[in-house]
Amino acid sequence: MSDAEVHTVRVVLDEVIPARAPWAGVVARGQTLRIVDLAGNQAVDFLVYNDHDPAERYSAPDTITAQGNIFLVQGSVLRSNEGAAMMTLTATTCERHDTIGGACSKESNTLRYGFHTRHQHACVENFLLAHSWRGMGKRDMTSNVNWFMNVPVDPDGTLGIIDGISAPGLSLGLRAEMDVLVVISNCPQINNPCNNFDPTPVRVVVEEPG
Amino acid sequence: MTRKAGPNGPGTHAVSTTSTTRGAQEHARAQAASLVEYGPTIPAAGAHDLPPGIDPATALWAETVAPGGYAARVLPRGTILRIVDVDGDACANLLVFSARRPTERLNVADTVKVQWQAYLAEGALLLSDMGRVLLSIVTDTTGGRHDALCGVSTLTANVAKYGSGDVSGPHPNGRDRFAVAIAKYGLERRDIAPSVNLFKHVRVAPDGGLHFDTTPGIPGGTVELRAEQAVLVVVADTPHVLDPRPEYTVTALRITAWAGSATGPDDPLWRATPEGERAFRNTEDALLEGGLDV
Repeated sequence: MSDAEVHTVRVVLDEVIPARAPWAGVVARGQTLRIVDLAGNQAVDFLVYNDHDPAERYSAPDTITAQGNIFLVQGSVLRSNEGAAMMTLTATTCERHDTIGGACSKESNTLRYGFHTRHQHACVENFLLAHSWRGMGKRDMTSNVNWFMNVPVDPDGTLGIIDGISAPGLSLGLRAEMDVLVVISNCPQINNPCNNFDPTPVRVVVEEPG
Repeated sequence: MTRKAGPNGPGTHAVSTTSTTRGAQEHARAQAASLVEYGPTIPAAGAHDLPPGIDPATALWAETVAPGGYAARVLPRGTILRIVDVDGDACANLLVFSARRPTERLNVADTVKVQWQAYLAEGALLLSDMGRVLLSIVTDTTGGRHDALCGVSTLTANVAKYGSGDVSGPHPNGRDRFAVAIAKYGLERRDIAPSVNLFKHVRVAPDGGLHFDTTPGIPGGTVELRAEQAVLVVVADTPHVLDPRPEYTVTALRITAWAGSATGPDDPLWRATPEGERAFRNTEDALLEGGLDV
């Protein structure tokens, strides 16, 4: 961040989301949400809702078809299920981010790793808890963004969560194009490399033009 | 708004065929004999296109979905649902819910992630967000010509592409088709999760780029899906979002369904993958809650 930028923004929120924890907050139109991968290779599961009508929400299909690519990169626009621009990825020091891997859940963990993982904490648990704070629920779940997570697709369609391409201190910035409710699960997964098998805290900062 | 003239002109009271209640009734009833290309076959047992060997008495659903149209149906566990791309240019956008607890629904992210495969093909399972199987693809004559990533068209997308997208116009969008279809089952707009498409394929390049397969489809291409629990299936036959043709291009779907048996432990599909086997075990386990059969 240049000095010029430092002097032109006002910080309205600056928090650390503990490892494995949920978080929710409103980002007003024009404000920017920055997310910092403090320790490196920490997946940040991320949902966005129109704060005035949560039935309108981030849509992975609308986002990837509008840009013709499954990866989120600098300039990517998160689109809603009604096709509207919700947030723009104005900056990212991690090369790309995932749109297709979804969130881990206790239920899907039993399929992917075995019934012995059923008791472990998972992102869907975080999302459902954060939704409950707002009177939202399971029907409000949808495919989420995974910031800092690496999910390539091979030519034969094989896909998987593989070793990350993030690093300590890498960050991204998202400018809100409408008033949005952001719901985050700081991913607790320990059975695949999405968190380098060691969930760690991330920092969230909301800024607005000074 | 201009006043529409009746057959006898505005404000006149001369006799037409529909100027009396009896006349209107006769006019309405005379239409029932019309032969139409699209719509349901009722009763389904009267369908002429059930596969050989299928007892018509077991038929559960027979319907031809018009281009741009939709259909929805609750199917008991074990049902075989056959969807045919009659003329080779249909796009079956699918939503799937557990019929008994519709908060359990198709999760495309889990479907591709759990099975380590972005492309749907014969043997693939459509998984719910509860780690269970909703539908399994038991037959696919298209060789995997499907898409699990790109979702359904919206009003916004169709207006941009075709000039309009409202469902009362010539370019109905799939999302609003879904919204109306599920409303009849008590569900709302927020219940529309990402959907899958049959009969249109999109490849993902190593750089993440999405490439719509423009290879012409095969008339009569057929997919058969087995209901592994009681499901609500919603089908919208609307053009794929990435279809590059500037005209709204889509052809009809033919749907038939008949009673059958869910996948059991002796079926090769049950053990085809360790992830799938656990999904079948979870599905069977939920039977103990008494909730999977209609």
